[in-house]
Amino acid sequence: MEAEAGFDESIRYAFQNHMDSLNTVPKWWREFKTNAFDSYANMPMPRRNDENWRFANRNNLSLGKFQFDRDTVSPNVSSLVEKSRFTGTQAGGFVIADNKIVQANRAPKELTDQGVIWSPLSEAIVEHSDLLRDYFMKQGIDLGSEKFAHIHSAFVTNGVLLYIPKGIEVEAPFCSYNWSTSENGSMFPHTLVIAEANAKASVVEAQLSEGEQSVFSCGVTHLFAGVGSELNYTLIQNLNENTLGFQINSNIAGKDSTVSMNSIILGCGHYRSETHGQIKGSGAHVDMRSMALANAAQEIDQRTLQTHSAPHTTSNLLFKNALKENSKSIFSGLIKVDEVAQQTDAYQTNRNLLLSNTAEANSLPGLEIEANDVKCSHGATTSEIQEEEIFYMLARGIPKDTAEELILYGFFEEILENIVDEKLSDCTRQLIRKKFGS
Amino acid sequence: MRASLEIKNLNVMIGDKQIIKDFSLTIPKSEVHAIMGPNGTGKSTLAKALAGHPDYEITSGDALIDGESIINLEVDERSRAGLFLAFQYPMEIPGVSIANFIRAARNARLPEGEDLDAPAYYKELYEKMDRLKIDRKFTSRSINEGFSGGEKKRCEILQLAMLNPKYAILDETDSGLDIDALKIVSEGVNALRGPELGALVITHYQRLLDYIVPDKVHVMYDGRIVKSGDKSLALELESKGYDWIKEIAENAA
Repeated sequence: MEAEAGFDESIRYAFQNHMDSLNTVPKWWREFKTNAFDSYANMPMPRRNDENWRFANRNNLSLGKFQFDRDTVSPNVSSLVEKSRFTGTQAGGFVIADNKIVQANRAPKELTDQGVIWSPLSEAIVEHSDLLRDYFMKQGIDLGSEKFAHIHSAFVTNGVLLYIPKGIEVEAPFCSYNWSTSENGSMFPHTLVIAEANAKASVVEAQLSEGEQSVFSCGVTHLFAGVGSELNYTLIQNLNENTLGFQINSNIAGKDSTVSMNSIILGCGHYRSETHGQIKGSGAHVDMRSMALANAAQEIDQRTLQTHSAPHTTSNLLFKNALKENSKSIFSGLIKVDEVAQQTDAYQTNRNLLLSNTAEANSLPGLEIEANDVKCSHGATTSEIQEEEIFYMLARGIPKDTAEELILYGFFEEILENIVDEKLSDCTRQLIRKKFGS
Repeated sequence: MRASLEIKNLNVMIGDKQIIKDFSLTIPKSEVHAIMGPNGTGKSTLAKALAGHPDYEITSGDALIDGESIINLEVDERSRAGLFLAFQYPMEIPGVSIANFIRAARNARLPEGEDLDAPAYYKELYEKMDRLKIDRKFTSRSINEGFSGGEKKRCEILQLAMLNPKYAILDETDSGLDIDALKIVSEGVNALRGPELGALVITHYQRLLDYIVPDKVHVMYDGRIVKSGDKSLALELESKGYDWIKEIAENAA
């Protein structure tokens, strides 16, 4: 039966254990999880003819081998904490290992006194239950991974909640480090950011592996940007290549808000990401940027949607992939402009750099425009490093591997230049260098 | 033996076509030589073959820097051995800034494990940019991307100044330059003239040689030098035209 394909009864058993392990959670949370699990169990796996899964490998999506109810924490917590320092400053930071908080840097008192909430999800469920009830998983999942969003909801126990009240601006980033450490484990990173009117904040999330174990990672990030607010979110995904990874991103941009979502993608064997920019308030601007460096047999599958449902809005999407060896990328992006969304500027660009002749880049750009006074464009290019560029650099005495590295950095520069925190920028470049040299 | 860039009986093919034919020329260090000649005669081919472009095959002959053969070296090794080619058409490399590009080239010349002194590097870079009237803001701009013809050529001379080669080949550095840019570029080259640099200036027009006055002028036709002389040869060529050279070449054959 198709609905059961990829479903393993052990997951139902694990879910029961998971529910039994929840102690002091609100009733609505239990119901929410139970409903989510039922939806997960009843929903079919992605099918061959699903438009949202075009070109994607669906053969390794089975979750049967992963454990969902294991209660372990890595023994070398201090080394994880040590390695969880990507930014120069932070307004608050949580280090989470296998869904458990292992280090908590709370927000300073002057912020909490002003009403800022920076909380692990595990605490927020109890302490900010009403807020979560209004905002948790309230942005539609509509790019193909609905089933996986449901399993996220069913098993999620941790992550971060950031709430910035009206008019509060925080310069330093809030950081969330999510580590996977257990063989055949699973993790469900969750980032929920709510910015009230004219608030300003930035969030840095890292998803990382300790060791080479096979893991299922299924993360969700939802940003709510209130009137005139400014949110900047950067994800560094450097999970090991035995990881099956999902990341479901969405943002709602209110009137005159500015939202920026950046992804730096290096890891996972099979990585599926979905990003939906919902531009709902007039005057809002949304940037969606991503860079991926893939090698070996990695598959980087990215689906995006820019929905404009208010006039005078702008969105700008730039996804860049560099592919080594036998790696493969899929970019499928759609710009949707509703009839009311006049004077919209929406751009979508996907650029792929092939670093081997066995790498594969697929690009499916699209537009659906119902308004008549808009500026929209989409473009996709796939190219290789030009021999003449290399010759020019060699002729200056630069060795070939350095030349290729410089060209690769140059290719990613349009993305990397948006990383404000200098240390984070350096860390990212180091991760890229390490991966490129491997 | 005087230090020199020595080209000995060089033969170069592109595909199955021979372009450079038994070409010989010695450029002593401290001298500037000019090669003039009509289009399609092999001037740029000579430059690229010496730099080691993979499409240009040296089938016989040799090229030596201060007595050491370079033709079996890789492109980057030739550069580090002291040969510099200023490109006729410099490449645009998106996202790679001038500062980082030249820095990588300088780093490649340092011994293993040694790091560039960054403040000193920037000081030197800015001084040399000022001299070439290149706006300091250009350091963070992608190399050659969106540059005008004059900006590209000034950037080539900046690299020449920053890399201190023993021998420089300037391939049609005057092409695409207006008179002001030509003066700036020429001043930049003249400032580098001296006992430590030998230069080969390739040009189609005599005009450049008003500003970079050569010690010797060689006229090239059909892959070889057909006439050599002092700077007055350039003027003679200008007045008589390349048909005169064609006649000389045909009489010699």
